[in-house]
Amino acid sequence: MAFNLALYAVSAVVVLVSALRDRDKTRQALAVAWRSFYRVAPSMLGIMGLIGLVLSLIPASTMGTLFGNQNVWSILLVAAVGAVTLIPGIIAYPLAGSLVRQGAGVVPIAAFMTTLMMVGVVTAPLESHYFGRRFTLLRNGLSFLAALAIAAAMGVVLG
Amino acid sequence: MSPGGRLGAKLEGVRPYALLILTLVGDLALGVVRPGLGWQAVRTSASYLLEMVLVLPPIFVLIGMLEVWVPRQTIVRNVGPGSGLRGLALSVLTGSAAAGPLYGAFPVAESLLRKGCSVFNACVLLCTWAAVKIPMMMMEVKFLGWRFSLARLAFTLPAIVAISWLVDRFTPRLDGLCGADRLGPGREMPR
Repeated sequence: MAFNLALYAVSAVVVLVSALRDRDKTRQALAVAWRSFYRVAPSMLGIMGLIGLVLSLIPASTMGTLFGNQNVWSILLVAAVGAVTLIPGIIAYPLAGSLVRQGAGVVPIAAFMTTLMMVGVVTAPLESHYFGRRFTLLRNGLSFLAALAIAAAMGVVLG
Repeated sequence: MSPGGRLGAKLEGVRPYALLILTLVGDLALGVVRPGLGWQAVRTSASYLLEMVLVLPPIFVLIGMLEVWVPRQTIVRNVGPGSGLRGLALSVLTGSAAAGPLYGAFPVAESLLRKGCSVFNACVLLCTWAAVKIPMMMMEVKFLGWRFSLARLAFTLPAIVAISWLVDRFTPRLDGLCGADRLGPGREMPR
């Protein structure tokens, strides 16, 4: 709750400062905000529905073993899932939060979130169109390895 | 327009809601078979939805503000031929102040390369755009906690520098061409 309040306070200050400097730009920014919300709303409703359905169908213990396992293979698996899926952060974070509440460990969650953000198998053709195949392979491959290292390090620090 | 085309257009309109409709059908089916579980599913969804509805308005306002006050042209101008630590710092700052998905960063990084910025800086921009966007960090703190968020940031930033250094080191440039065309073999036809 405190976090929400702080977030509202920060964005209120930002809007105020923005409005004092440029009324038009502020209106434009709020229009952008509304449009991005409008665009993501349908899939968000769907994901929220899915979370509820999946969490009631799959017992907490099963979920716990799926993401709670700290062995190398299951971590590689969730990292690979993160690399090939394309979920906007705004939807992925509540999903990850629900997994943590079901007993998921820090390492698999960190691995999943990091590959989800930094590795894009689906967008790789587009990336290589812009920067070439070698750049794309290097950036995505190294990011995948880095995600595993980051996850392991987080397991040590937060474990 | 043919009736088939109109039907197609209608289906296009419904498409974003496909998942929602499917889960509602699933909820209903579950409710018929096991009323208790069906209710639980709906209640869980509703509580997540409430949480999202509470946290989202300020997040989207921040996204809108960033998009309007930090337009892509400013990004390009600032990280342009910048070099060394200053270029790195600017790449990190502009990447994290960005809004939108990673593929939105591709044209930005490409125009940077065209203006002579290093492969290193372009890669840093892409990676920070992907992994440390400010509005998304807010979501992360909210749902995974500030300890998780800070630890991830602390390990991810050095990792991004290392990744970008390696990408820069092993992506040959073809001198004489400008911009992204300097990236070596493997580059496919530009648009």
